[in-house]
Amino acid sequence: MPCVEARGLRKTFGTTIALDAVDLRVDEGRIVGLIGPNGAGKTTALNAILGLTPYQGELRVLGRDPWQERGRLMRDVSFIADVAVLPRWMRVSQALDYVAGVHPRFDRAKAEAFLAKTDIRRASKVRELSKGMVTQLHLALVMAIDAKLLVLDEPTLGLDILYRKQFYDSLLNDYFDRSRTILVTTHQVEELQHVLTDLMFIDRGRIVFQCNMDDFETRYSEVSVLPNQLSAARALSPIFERQVLGRSILLFDHVDRKQLAALGEVRTPGIADLFVAIVGKRAGPAKGAA
Amino acid sequence: MNTQSSTMPESVETQAAAAVDSVSTRPFCWSLRRELWENRSIYLAPLGVAGVALIGFVPTLVHLPSKVRALSTLDPMQQHDLTERPFDMAAGLLMATFLIVAAFYCLDALYGERRDRSILFWKSLPVSDVTAVLAKAAVPLLVLPLLTFVVTVVTQAIMLLFSGVVLLGSGQSVTPLWNQLSFFRMSLNLLYHLLTVHVLWEAPLYAWLMLASAWARRAPFLWGVLPPFAIGVVEKMLFNTSHFAQMLLDRLTGAGMDALTAPDTMPMNPMTHLTPLRFFGAPGLWLGLLLAAGFLAGAVVLRRYRGPV
Repeated sequence: MPCVEARGLRKTFGTTIALDAVDLRVDEGRIVGLIGPNGAGKTTALNAILGLTPYQGELRVLGRDPWQERGRLMRDVSFIADVAVLPRWMRVSQALDYVAGVHPRFDRAKAEAFLAKTDIRRASKVRELSKGMVTQLHLALVMAIDAKLLVLDEPTLGLDILYRKQFYDSLLNDYFDRSRTILVTTHQVEELQHVLTDLMFIDRGRIVFQCNMDDFETRYSEVSVLPNQLSAARALSPIFERQVLGRSILLFDHVDRKQLAALGEVRTPGIADLFVAIVGKRAGPAKGAA
Repeated sequence: MNTQSSTMPESVETQAAAAVDSVSTRPFCWSLRRELWENRSIYLAPLGVAGVALIGFVPTLVHLPSKVRALSTLDPMQQHDLTERPFDMAAGLLMATFLIVAAFYCLDALYGERRDRSILFWKSLPVSDVTAVLAKAAVPLLVLPLLTFVVTVVTQAIMLLFSGVVLLGSGQSVTPLWNQLSFFRMSLNLLYHLLTVHVLWEAPLYAWLMLASAWARRAPFLWGVLPPFAIGVVEKMLFNTSHFAQMLLDRLTGAGMDALTAPDTMPMNPMTHLTPLRFFGAPGLWLGLLLAAGFLAGAVVLRRYRGPV
C-alpha cells in the first residue's frame, strides 16, 4: 500500500487553481522532498494530505480519506506545519502532558530524553523560547510519536544553520527507519540533498518532475565546460546553461559521463540547479533570472 | 512498544497496535484541561472577585452586632433583607463575573487559536473537531457555573463564619442570624438558578458567540454583537415591532422564563419557589437548546474548514 496516493487531485480558491490534477505517489519508507516556488501549491497539497482542506479528486493517505477521517488519521500521521505554531502560552511540561494525554502512540520518555539534550527547561513557556528552541521542542514531541507518516512544511524556516543541520541530523539518526515515511517541503534544498530519497518539483499546481535520488545522480551531470569545448558541449543538447565566474556550466540529462569528462570538470548537480533548469525554464526568462 | 512490535509477525503486530490504540487517552478531558491552562481567568477572576466581596464585607461586620441587636424590633421582611443582603450581593457579583468571563471566553475560543496559528498544532493531534468544540463549550456550560457555585458557597460560608465570630466576640448569640439565614436552602437555590438560567436558558447565547468566534476572520466581538443588533433594527424599521430585541433581552436576563417565582430579583432568596416543572415544560427552553446545538454544529463545521487567519 502506498503511503500517499493522489489521482487527479484538484483544489481551487475562487478562480485561482492551486492544484491542477495532481497525480502523486509516495511509497513507504521514503523521504520525499516536495520542492516548488512560492505559490506553487506545496502547502495546499500538504493541507489536503493532512485533512486540513477539502479537495476534488482522489486522495488516500495510509488507505484513508484524510478529509473525512482526519481525527483517526492523525494517530498515524504527525506534522510540523511551520515553525512557531506551538501555542505561545503553553509550558513545556504542559505540552508534554497534553500530547501524552491525547496521543495513544506518544512515548513520553523518548521526548524527555530528546529534550534533555537541549537547553529547554520544563517550566519555560513557549513564548520564552528562541525560535530554534521552539522547533527543537516541536521536534521532540513529534519524534516521540510512533507515526507512519511525518509531514514537514518548511520546518526550518528562519532557523540558523546550526539548528537546521541539527534538525535534519536528529530526524535521520533518531527518528527515521525504513518503516516510516517523511514528506518535506523547503526552500533550503541544498541541505536536503543527502537526506532525501525522492524528489518532486511542483509548479503552478502540477507535479512537473519526480525521480528518486539514485536516478538523479546517474541521470544528471553538470559540466564546467572549458571555453574551447563550448560548441562541442552545446552539441550534446544540454538542458540548461548558466555562467559562473566567466565559465559556462552546462547541465545534461542522460549523457554519458565519460563523454562529458573530455569537455571539462563533471559533477552531480545540486537540486537547486536542476530546479532552476526545470522550473525556471517553465516560468520564462523573467522569473528564471529572479 | 515500537521496537518490540517491529519484530513480531503481522497478526501480533496488529494486536499490539490495537492495544496501543486502546491505551486510555482521554482527548476530551485533556482538551478541557488545556482550555484552563490557556484561559486562567476562568478561575482567577471568580477567586479575585470573591476576595473583593470578602473585603467589602468588613464594614458590614463592624456594624453587625448593633444590627442584630435591632433585629427583633423589625418586621420579618426587613429582618430578612438586613441579614441576607450581603450574601446576595456576593453571589450576584460572582454571577456577573461568570457571565462576563463566559462571554469573552466564547468570543475568543475558536478565533484565538486561528489567530496565533496554534490551530495547526491542535489539528496535528488525533483530536476531532467535535471533541475540541465540545470541550470549549463545556467551559461556559459546565466549568464556569460549577466553579461559580463552589466559590460562592465557600465565600458565603466564610462570611457566615466571620459573622459568627464577630457576634460571639461582642457577647451576642448567633441564633438570630442562623435562624434568618437558611444557608443550605440558599445554596440549593443558587445552584438551581445557575443551572437553569445561566446554563440551559442562556446556552444559545454562548453557542452563538462561539459560532461568531469560529466564523470571524477578524473582530469576533463585532460578529457576535452586530448581527443580532441588525436583526433588531431591521425588525423595528419594517414592522415597527421589537419582538426580537425583547426576546434577546429575556434570554440575557433570564426574565420571562419560569424557573422560579421570587418575591424580589434575587433568586437566592429562600422565599423563592422553584418551579422546575414549568421551566422544563416551556417550549422556549427547548427551542433555545435546539438553536444552541445548531450553532455548535456550525462551529464544528467552520473549525474544520477554517485555517489560520
